Amino acid sequence: MATTDKAPVLVVLQLSGGNDYMNTVIPYNDPLYRDYRPRVGLPEEQILPVDGEVGLHPSMAPLHAMYTQGKMAIIHGVGYPNSVRSHFRSMDIWHTCEPDKTGTEGWLGLATRQLDPRKDNIVTAVSFGPCMFRALSVSGVPVACVDDLESYGLLTGISPEPQRAKILERFAQNYSPLIGTDEVMKYLGATGLEAMAGADILKVAPQRYASTVKYPETSIAKKLKGIAQINFADLGSRVFYCDHLGFDTHANQLPVHATLWNDVSQAIDAFFADLREHNAADNVLMFLFTEFGRRVRDNGSGTDHGAGGAAFVLGDMVQGGQYGEYPSRKPSDLTQGDLAPTLDFRGLYATILEDWLHVDAQPIVKGTFEKPRFL
Amino acid sequence: MASKDIALMAHLMRRAGFGASRDELEARAAQGYEATVEELLTPEAEPVDRYEFLRYQPGFWKPVTSPGMGMAAWFHTMLNTQRPLEEKMVLFWHQLFATGQSKIDHWHELITQVDMFREHAMGNYRDLLVALAKDPAMIYWLDNCDNHAHAVNENWGRELLELFSMGVGNFSETDVREASRAFTGWTIGYTPPRGYYNRWDWQFEYLEEDHDDGEKTFLSHTGNFNGEDIIDIIVQQPACHRFIARHLYNFFVADEPQVPAWQTTPPRNPEAIDTIATAFRESKYDMRSTLRVIFNSDFFKNARFARIKSPAEVVISLLRLAGGFEFPAPGIGQLAKQPTYMGQELLNPPSVEGWHTGAEWINSGTLMKRVNFAASVLGDFSRPGMRAIVDRIKGQGALSPEGFVDSCLDIIGPLDVQPEVRQRLVEHASEGGTLRWGTAHEAETSQKRVGEMLQMIASLRECQYC
Repeated sequence: MATTDKAPVLVVLQLSGGNDYMNTVIPYNDPLYRDYRPRVGLPEEQILPVDGEVGLHPSMAPLHAMYTQGKMAIIHGVGYPNSVRSHFRSMDIWHTCEPDKTGTEGWLGLATRQLDPRKDNIVTAVSFGPCMFRALSVSGVPVACVDDLESYGLLTGISPEPQRAKILERFAQNYSPLIGTDEVMKYLGATGLEAMAGADILKVAPQRYASTVKYPETSIAKKLKGIAQINFADLGSRVFYCDHLGFDTHANQLPVHATLWNDVSQAIDAFFADLREHNAADNVLMFLFTEFGRRVRDNGSGTDHGAGGAAFVLGDMVQGGQYGEYPSRKPSDLTQGDLAPTLDFRGLYATILEDWLHVDAQPIVKGTFEKPRFL
Repeated sequence: MASKDIALMAHLMRRAGFGASRDELEARAAQGYEATVEELLTPEAEPVDRYEFLRYQPGFWKPVTSPGMGMAAWFHTMLNTQRPLEEKMVLFWHQLFATGQSKIDHWHELITQVDMFREHAMGNYRDLLVALAKDPAMIYWLDNCDNHAHAVNENWGRELLELFSMGVGNFSETDVREASRAFTGWTIGYTPPRGYYNRWDWQFEYLEEDHDDGEKTFLSHTGNFNGEDIIDIIVQQPACHRFIARHLYNFFVADEPQVPAWQTTPPRNPEAIDTIATAFRESKYDMRSTLRVIFNSDFFKNARFARIKSPAEVVISLLRLAGGFEFPAPGIGQLAKQPTYMGQELLNPPSVEGWHTGAEWINSGTLMKRVNFAASVLGDFSRPGMRAIVDRIKGQGALSPEGFVDSCLDIIGPLDVQPEVRQRLVEHASEGGTLRWGTAHEAETSQKRVGEMLQMIASLRECQYC
């Protein structure tokens, strides 16, 4: 089990759209790979070898370097029984750990409640995106939702700043408890003050930040930079969540997928460089997942929705290497033309919850699953 | 014009529509309340022309139905309709018969479902249930295409009873089974698209050979029932009348507890539910007659600001008030995502149970979105509706801080706020002194102050209600 003096921090990067497992962790030594991927295959000489069997996508050089240093775990064949090939439903399943019914409580929202049961810190969980990820959504658990840290806050359109400050002061007064108001008004009041306090807390992060690391000019780099800023500001945030869109590569996959992984890898590289510069790399774990892998056989230009996928866990405390088993590519072993998952994602969650965040995984994943031991 | 007439008319238009400008409120108040209710129930204005939207947003044109555009076509209709109650009822049916893109993965079929809701918006509920049972998106959403004579799938049969018509506790597991059997063979057929990449169009198909024609016993009735027979039995049930009445009350009158609690939590106004349920039953399930009773009742008229606005109501009413968003300009796809950011992704509810309403719309993230979006719209005086508001306030001449605050509270509602809140707004207004419009400089400063005051009011708790 990994230990560190500082409170462990989890950063989730969701690869939305269904990342193509077979072109991310490429089974290039398997002749079937060439059969399945006549148009959407990667030339062997460009693949970054991991062992004699599989290699990483050519755009993943920084991640390959982390793997070589033993700081990245590749988790093979992740999925769940009776794979769903709808983006939204599958994402819901990953977010709620409920493959058989519609879940309403997000796994990291539940984890946040365990981390901070009395809501002492309203920025324990921070969601980077225009709306809250369902993974974080649990009734009564505060989550700070940030799309852009630089412009985050209430009534940010009002200028100049002293005038805005004055209006925010009135806002706070108007949301303060009043005698004789009903439960809903009280709830609205508390929620408004919570939103304002969260914004106040987070706004110090960019002000306190200084770094020599240059992040690329990409949307994912901007999000990771914001996460780094909040992390360095010591605000007690423990769970960060962000995503990168566009992995739904039905067509024109080769150039699109290369750009996606280039952007993600470069951003992660900058993020970890920044963590190291701030001596903060030892208590941050980054987890990358996607809602499903893609169809084994290409469609001539891209790949369609599939099942089993790959997940990655990165950080100084990770026991690097490969976990789980790459699903068989033999035609007879495929289910509906897709890789059959070999590892339930809830086991992966259990490792992160129990061995990193030190919370009780049982009520979150609701069952016992094989845990990959990468910590 | 008596201010209480305007306040009542504003209430009616917020609930039976998406709000209205002061000019419209005055014109309607002059016609009278009941006449306005009749006009809303039987609108004569032309429906919104879908082709107008498609002409400028060809990416939405079938059979491509660009996924990125999402609910933009419906959003455009809500922004432009001159038949507001009809569109509000479309929203009502969408929230009740929650069907989601998450599984359908076919925007065109969802828009077709919304068009079907519009066709039946204020018509007969029984006919609507039959249309719903034949709606391809619904058939796929609740797996009735997998409901076969020799392999019954109960998904649609169960939700028809539990979520769409009667509520839990009013039927048995046997009833679910028997209803499901009656809907075997109600499935979808496909029309191949013109292009390789496009979605296949769906249409309702009844497969006689896949229908279980055997005898069924459903809610104490026995016969060789088909789907329509089941619906005919459902609509006779008192449980159905109360269920629809409670949904209408929650949507149009005042926030009720969440639907799953209905079995154990009584309505906040049982007499009102009785009144609505009776109107529904006596009119043979005619929505127009039922709505007429609601809007003309005292319990409705006395329920000002008794509901938390849904995200769709927040966004559409602000954009209609400000004006200038009528044309489907580039960016409408992004604009249509605003309700999503506030927790209501139209055409993609979280599950078949739909959204939780009332206070559950609000958390610290969504509240911030509501406040910031309102501020961005109300601070933009390039919008014709915002200019009209300034002109009205300007028309009142120089205003004391009290007069200024009251004038803003009036134009945005009229909105009632706690005396302490009004006092704080007055204190804020006092810092700028009397509102004057004499010189160009004064007019410029005053316009900015009006914008700021409206933004402060829109960010109040009171403004989350309608």
